[in-house]
Amino acid sequence: MESERLFNFFDQLEQSFIGEAIRNSIWMFPVIEAFHLIGLAILGGSILVGDLRLLGLLLSTKPINYVIGQTTLILKLGLIILVSTGIPLFLSEAIKCYYSRAFWIKMSALLIGLVFLFFIRNPMGLSAVEGNAKLKLIGFTSISIWAIVAGSGRWIGFS
Amino acid sequence: MLEIAIWLSETKWSIALLESLYMYPWIESAHVLSICFFIGILLFVDLRLMGVAFTKLPISEMNKKVLPWSLFGFGLMTLTGFLLFYAIPVRSYQNIFFRFKVILILFAGLNAFLFHRQMKREGRNWDEGKSIPKSVHLKAAASLVIWSGVIISGRMIAYNWFDCDRQPQPEWVNWAAGCIVDLNQMGGLDGI
Repeated sequence: MESERLFNFFDQLEQSFIGEAIRNSIWMFPVIEAFHLIGLAILGGSILVGDLRLLGLLLSTKPINYVIGQTTLILKLGLIILVSTGIPLFLSEAIKCYYSRAFWIKMSALLIGLVFLFFIRNPMGLSAVEGNAKLKLIGFTSISIWAIVAGSGRWIGFS
Repeated sequence: MLEIAIWLSETKWSIALLESLYMYPWIESAHVLSICFFIGILLFVDLRLMGVAFTKLPISEMNKKVLPWSLFGFGLMTLTGFLLFYAIPVRSYQNIFFRFKVILILFAGLNAFLFHRQMKREGRNWDEGKSIPKSVHLKAAASLVIWSGVIISGRMIAYNWFDCDRQPQPEWVNWAAGCIVDLNQMGGLDGI
């Protein structure tokens, strides 16, 4: 069965050297998680500044492409920090994630969020100067998706 | 201070909050997500001051239009933070990471105060294209470093491996955390 193969794969990941090392340490998981949160601050801030501009709520007299352009590099930095800390966190508790609904919601939302970000929100934002209803909808959608990613991510820890 | 924490822990709402199945996680999630509003947006104000991002925007405009969003996040973060402390007052008060975090926040406040005082005095010159003084770059960088430290120590609070109940600990740890090692009944006060 597919799900059995997936489970075995997750089990292997959990037994990996990195997963093992994090589980055996008293401080590694919290420290990696703390840097995951710093990544969240960086990504979240970049997303918010861009999306609030799309919604016309922040720096609304400045060109949209300027605001999005100024946040994109920092956004990518936040993503790199989040992914490179998120993977070891996952490896340390892959089986728990396998059974966690929050984890699967987060991964789905993350995938949607990344596709939306790089194929819709940024290309459109970077070619727009003034706002309109469509761009507002894009900003609202973007904020909503990333809120689900962050919120369900936090919820993995509670499940 | 410990007496105040004990008194808080015995109030009705503190116990209700701690024992609630959903309220505590929801408040904690709101606390974490407000990082994005507060520190994430402050990041861009600081990067502007450091001349890294939004260099075409006058600093005064950044402070007038972007900083308020950050302060909104700060308000949400403070409110939820107080509630989280209120749910677990004694354990938090005797948590070395919590204490370190509070000290860092005081430093961040001092740094912000010094920055705004300086901006009041000489901020007009920064907008007129004259270069921003090194001391402003330094305060912006300090802001980012200190708030990162707040995030890190804040996350550690929940994992406190120096908990007063986990003895033996080095003497300096018990001193810094304010642990009363002999009185074991202290440990159970928060109910966890």
